[in-house]
Formats: sequence, C-alpha cells, structure tokens
Amino acid sequence: MKTKTPSRLEKILSAGHMAVTSECGPPRGSDPEAIVKKAEMIKDHVDAINITDNQTSVTRMCSLAACIRLKLMGLDPVLQMVTRDRNRIALQSDILGAASFDITNILCLSGDHQSFGDCAQGQNVHDLDSMQLVQTVRHMRDQGKFLGGDDIKRAPQMFVGAAANPFADPFEIRVPRLAKKIKAGAEFIQTQCIYNLDKFEEWMKLARDRGLHEQVYILAGMTPMKSAGMAKYMKNRVPGMDVPDTLVKRLADTPKEKQAEEGLKICIEDIQRLKEVEGVSGFHVMAIEWEEKVPEIVEKAGLYPRPQV
Amino acid sequence: MIVADKKPMEEIIEDIKNHDKVLVLGCNECVTVCEAGGKKEVGILASALRMYFLNQGKEMKIDEETLERQCDHEYLEEIRNIIDQYDAVVSIACGVGVQFMAEKYHSTPVYPGVNTCFMGATEERGLWTERCQGCGQCILSRTGGICPVSRCAKRVMNGPCGGSSKGMCEINKELVCAWQLIVERLKALDRFDEYEELSPIKDWSTDRAGGPRKVVREDVQP
Repeated sequence: MKTKTPSRLEKILSAGHMAVTSECGPPRGSDPEAIVKKAEMIKDHVDAINITDNQTSVTRMCSLAACIRLKLMGLDPVLQMVTRDRNRIALQSDILGAASFDITNILCLSGDHQSFGDCAQGQNVHDLDSMQLVQTVRHMRDQGKFLGGDDIKRAPQMFVGAAANPFADPFEIRVPRLAKKIKAGAEFIQTQCIYNLDKFEEWMKLARDRGLHEQVYILAGMTPMKSAGMAKYMKNRVPGMDVPDTLVKRLADTPKEKQAEEGLKICIEDIQRLKEVEGVSGFHVMAIEWEEKVPEIVEKAGLYPRPQV
Repeated sequence: MIVADKKPMEEIIEDIKNHDKVLVLGCNECVTVCEAGGKKEVGILASALRMYFLNQGKEMKIDEETLERQCDHEYLEEIRNIIDQYDAVVSIACGVGVQFMAEKYHSTPVYPGVNTCFMGATEERGLWTERCQGCGQCILSRTGGICPVSRCAKRVMNGPCGGSSKGMCEINKELVCAWQLIVERLKALDRFDEYEELSPIKDWSTDRAGGPRKVVREDVQP
C-alpha cells in the first residue's frame, strides 16, 4: 500500500503488520542520557517511540528535544504534542522544528489539566483543541500551508495520530468521537490503557460497524500493572481509567513479591486476546517507569522480531 | 451578572491603614445580587473596619454610601460633592466600578473591596456559577446552549476530552463536564447527529487575546 509520509510506523502499518509502539517520559532535568538509556532498552522491540509532552502537567525536558535525541540514534520517534501549553504560533513552529529533523510522527493531544502538575497556578492555552491540532498538521502537510494561509517552504511530512479513550464517558459518544477524529484527519489512534477488555471489544465492534477500522489504524494501549496498589490507584485516581474489580482482585490475591510478575502476565494475556480482535492494528505498550520490561512483553506476546521495512 | 466575592478583611485593612477618612462605596447592581458589594455588605464592612481601628486605637472616619451603579457616569457624579471629605475610597463594586471610580476621581485613591470572579448565575442562594467568558463570538447555537469556553476547563471545542468520567470533569469530581451536558442537550433537542460536525478553529481575536475590547453603537449614540 502506498504511504503518504516517510514514517516507518506508517510503512509497517500499511504493509499489514501488527505495529508495536512504546513511550518514554523525558527526564526532569537536562541530562540527555536519561532518554537515551530508556530508548536503548526498548529500541529493538518497537517500531516507534512516543515521547510524552509534560505528561500529567509536570514540567520536564521538552518532547521535541527528546525526540531529536531519538532521531539522532536512528530511531523513529512519535512527537506527542499537547494544546495546553502552546498557541497556534508555537504549535506550528514546533511542528516545523520537528520536521527539520525529519521527525515523521505526531500524536495530537489536549493534555492533562495543569492543576494535576507542578504549576497548578499557571495559565493554560487551549487556543486549538486536539482535533483542531490534527487538522492543523494535516493542513500543513497536505496543503503545504500555514493556518494563516501562507505557503510553507518544505512542508512537514508527518503521520498524524490522535488518542482515543474507549472508556471515558459518555460511552455513547466514544465511537462518534473516534469518527470525528478520523474526519479531522487522524491516521492512527493510540488508545488509553485497556484493562476492561470486554468494554474495549464492544467499542471496537461499534467502530467496525461503521467501518472506522478501515479508515484509521488503531493501536491498543497496554500498561502492565506493577502491583495491586497501582491497580487501585489507576482505578480510583486516574481520570478516564476503567479498571475492573476482577483485575484488582487477581493482583491483590497474589503474594506481594509476585504481583509485578502477575501484572506482566496479565498484560501479555491481554495482548494475545486483543491481537485476535478485527481492527486492532497494533499495540502501544506504555510501561510507565518500567521500560526494561517492554522487550519481555513484546517477545512473550509473540510480537518479536519486529518486521523490517 | 458579574459575580464577585468578598476580599479578606486583612487585605483591605493593609490597603487603608495609613488613611484617616475612608468612604466604603457599594453598588446596587450585580454585586448586590451576589451579596458581596451591596448596601448590606457596605454596612457590615464599614462596621467591621470601625471596630478594628477602634481596637487599634487609631482614629478613623469610615462612612458608607451605595450607588445605583458604579459603572455609569451619571451615578458616580452623585458623590462629587462629598468626595473631598475622604482621603481614600474602598469600592466594593466589581472591577469595572473600581476602575470607573478611579478614572473619574483621579486624585483619590480607590481600593477594591471584592474580588471580581466571573459572569454567572445564581443557582441557589449562596451559590453562583460561571456561564460566560465574553469571548465576543458566541457559539451557543452550535453547542445546545451550553458554553464550552466558560464551562470546560480546557475550553475544548470538540469535546469531551478523555478526562470526563461519569459526567464529571477530571479536575474536580463535583464539576460537571460541559460536554456531557452538551451531548445530553443535543439529544434532548433531537440534534445528536450534529455532534460529529467538527467545530472550526476559533477566532480568538474578539476574546481577551485581541486586546481591550469595545462595542461602538452609532445608532444609539447621541
């Protein structure tokens, strides 16, 4: 299948392979080694690596600089960009900056509210929302123009992604919302962490009923639980997360020293089950501060070795 | 209406402590309705200040006045003949009133006695909530009469974001998600199909972003 961008992730997906992406959170400091080390751990087991953009609104090294580090290592980064911190001038400018390093993937997000982070007293911007950012990147790429209408010399060549949360409320708009993101121009979707597989499969079915799985590549978001405590925290404290009681119980019933192992086992089982779901094009494995486990998850889930394209 | 909340007494005391003759000036409009700056509140604040300075052993003249409006030349003129008796004014009108007062009486210090909060409505006595941010380009016709600019914490135009849970906003479990309300309302109006229409990138030049704004109506000008 013909691809629209030089993105390796796009090539893998369009060739019909199950894609695997993962993510690295930049450090809270300027030491580049932190990001390089995380990337080294996972680079042979994934097709592209997302770099988060001040996730949970905690100030960190910028996503763009960290993406450049990965690019210099010969890897394929996914630039996460939130609309919380930048207006349309800064967004377009950072997109061009990324494109100047031939960063070819972008994930457009609105970002957690700043009240969760270390600058709760700060302003938020939200000049555009995440869908409008998708539209903006597509406009810049496909029309070769700025939002203001002027021509861009050497337009950015980016494969454009968006997030989807199959679990956030109201559930009835979750699929229409996916359709809307596709309409805005999203080419791949990375979902929120999936723990409630039944509900995710229901969402996928509704998406398939509308043929949406043929219009966008859906990568299922997977985050292994490290402990029963983490499962409870995710269930009760993280916005938009759906963690079934059975999962919390399974971990709680496991001896403490074996809970991490059990968490990995659950994650691998879940991937194996979701591999069979029509319309799932790959997995986005977010092992939060547990990057060293990504290779094991990918291997045991039968997703290794990664295809060469 | 414009909703305001009382400033802590200590802040007001800090502002006026070096003056001797102070006028506490209320407003009969919005701040009266939200019980922050009307005649009643003028009385309460003036009494509290008198009590405080008396206890401090400081002689302080504190008088009370409440105007029909402080955002109108006509009513502000009513105190022209008494303003020279004071060396400071504490205005408990909204920020508009405080500024109009300062503009009119250029050599008299004016201190705000309330924090001006937002444009909102009285949900019940003692509870006021925000409804409008005056973006200058109303989109309520598209959003079922519920404003995402003022009621969504991220002013998302194509919401809800992923943080909406059980109809509540991610930033506060007691804050209803504006987009949940919009979706329910579109359904009630039998317009749910409109949900999938993308909301265009907003022109914020009519918002605060475009600088201080004005409305000129030549048809009603004298």
